[in-house]
Amino acid sequence: MNIIASSTSRPTARALTAEEKHEIDHEMTLYPDKRAVGLEALKIVQKHQGWVSDESLMGVAEYLGMSAHELDGVATFFNLIFRRPVGRNVILFCDSVSCWIMGCDRIKEHISNRLGIDYGQTTADGEYTLLPVPCLGDCDRAPVMLMDGEQHRNLTAEKIDQLFAQRALNKEASESK
Amino acid sequence: MTDRPLTRNIDMSRAPFDIGQYRAAGGYGSVEKMLKTMAPGDVLDLVKNSGLKGRGGAGFPTGLKWSFVPMGDNAPKTKYLVVNADEMEPGTFKDRLLMEGDPHLLLEGMMIAAYTIQANTAYIFLRGEYLRAEKLLQNAIAEAHNKGLLGKNIQGSGFDLEIILHTSAGRYICGEETALLNALEGKRANPRAKPPFPQVSGLWGKPTIVNNVETLCNLPGIVNYGIEWFKGLGLGADAGTKLCGVSGRVKNPGCWELPLGTPIRELLEDKAGGMCDGYALRAFLPGGGSTDFLLPQHLDLTLDYDVIGKAGSRLATGTMIVLDDRTCPVGMVGNLMKFFSHESCGWCTPCRDGLPWIDEIFQRFEKGGGLESDMQVLTDHLEYLGPGRTFCALAPGAMAPLGSALRHFRDDFHDHIHGGGCPWQR
Ligand SMILES: Cc1cc2nc3c(=O)[nH]c(=O)nc-3n(C[C@H](O)[C@H](O)[C@H](O)COP(=O)(O)O)c2cc1C
Ligand code: SF4
Ligand code: FES
Repeated sequence: MNIIASSTSRPTARALTAEEKHEIDHEMTLYPDKRAVGLEALKIVQKHQGWVSDESLMGVAEYLGMSAHELDGVATFFNLIFRRPVGRNVILFCDSVSCWIMGCDRIKEHISNRLGIDYGQTTADGEYTLLPVPCLGDCDRAPVMLMDGEQHRNLTAEKIDQLFAQRALNKEASESK
Repeated sequence: MTDRPLTRNIDMSRAPFDIGQYRAAGGYGSVEKMLKTMAPGDVLDLVKNSGLKGRGGAGFPTGLKWSFVPMGDNAPKTKYLVVNADEMEPGTFKDRLLMEGDPHLLLEGMMIAAYTIQANTAYIFLRGEYLRAEKLLQNAIAEAHNKGLLGKNIQGSGFDLEIILHTSAGRYICGEETALLNALEGKRANPRAKPPFPQVSGLWGKPTIVNNVETLCNLPGIVNYGIEWFKGLGLGADAGTKLCGVSGRVKNPGCWELPLGTPIRELLEDKAGGMCDGYALRAFLPGGGSTDFLLPQHLDLTLDYDVIGKAGSRLATGTMIVLDDRTCPVGMVGNLMKFFSHESCGWCTPCRDGLPWIDEIFQRFEKGGGLESDMQVLTDHLEYLGPGRTFCALAPGAMAPLGSALRHFRDDFHDHIHGGGCPWQR
């Protein structure tokens, strides 16, 4: 566990923000045991901070009255809790069987070439992280990926090009405002 | 009456019905009827006699499952209903359709199940990636609350029910019902030893029922129209309809509600339009990634639990994955093995160590470097990871496509081992 291994100066718990606490408090009303909201709390922190740092993890553990090791056991169990920084956009690319049959490997290569990243990596500008994900439940419209809360279906190399070109344009436009 | 009770309100080209539209179409009528005229035991008998089997994969009779929950004055006051909406089986895309297409139908079904076992709290355990379903369900729960269909003393019946939506964060094993309970309690999602069964000691040690989304969506129809109607929907031995999907190189991939007992050929050829031009059917997994391959000779079998079982596979989730003649069967099974290896929870040794070993062998098959002796290693694993050898059904599920592939695709394995890697141009 990287709380101990990763640094010479030991991380300390980060005080959770009022907003984070407010949302976690709401979750606590839904379960008879506050330890049960560990995953929800981690998701709330990740929503606000982008990922779950050691400091955040310790902050949540303290708030829920459980040990950081125990909570990290939960955090590391789940594919979608990020214990390392990720890009502003996480691309969850389905690599399961129906998408594989429909040629997702080639689409993945195309994305990797275009963005210059492999699975688990983040682009130098911090914009994108590419991750594999099991079946996204859209197998009849394979290949499929999830980005920005939107499912992109029936992917082709051309669609990928259009999508990222459009996003780059949108970004330029919003930055020049 | 309807012959498509699960999907009659579903039209994916528009937003799902809000509560007003849903009620106008007869929605929540079963709950009103139940609360006014039926005791919990009456509903239990009805569901038992309807022949409804679980649609989550195992096909266990729903009424029988419920009958193990302690009832009466001496039963624990706190009980739970949990909806298994963790759909993550590779190639499975049916519960998503129900939740995005008609969220109120699931809530209506949940109310019936909760009332029958007298549970006052129900959790929906939803897959974290299903963001649209999350929004729609959250909204539907709020609507039902506003209309007094959830909360305290529902419609003056004295029955209380709260429905709480829990979203997960991506781990296939959470779909296993006891692992799911650990996940809901905030623990690592390892499966639990059975017995005790969840019906007696489940969530936080209380009697708990875990049912699949599609299973619960069958309940309103059964309460509304009765046993004879439900049985009459099926064409063969099994009662009711089933969501059936087809993915792979077919002309019109998709998901349809069909009577149980429909011939597989009808699903594949009439609904899915047959194979894409230039492709022929080589084999198929009838019910998701954890089922045994069936062959073209099985196309005239019917979609019935026992019929598919006798042919050596399982109907399971009812979502068929098609292998065509231009896709490498060894690569397809390798893809599944990578998935199972990654998703093993690590609780028991055969699964934790065996699946990565199998995965490594398939990687060598692909790149070149496969050995004849690997075939024996794979065959041995069918036994080590077979039913009864592991804590949960993930490992035996993984062995289903592997074992059947070793039987049906011997020559393809041989070509990989002796041809220096995968001979298919992908
Ligand atoms: C590894 C594994 C994953 C599973 N995933 C799911 C799932 O995502 N959804 C589901 O309903 N059942 C899943 N099941 C089956 C459940 O354990 C359980 O049988 C089912 O939820 C019972 O509901 P039913 O009786 O209504 O079918 C899974 C089982 C295993 C072993
Ligand atoms: S069979 Fe695999 S997934 Fe199931 S408990 Fe054992 S290690 Fe975990
Ligand atoms: S296999 Fe990719 S969405 Fe199901």
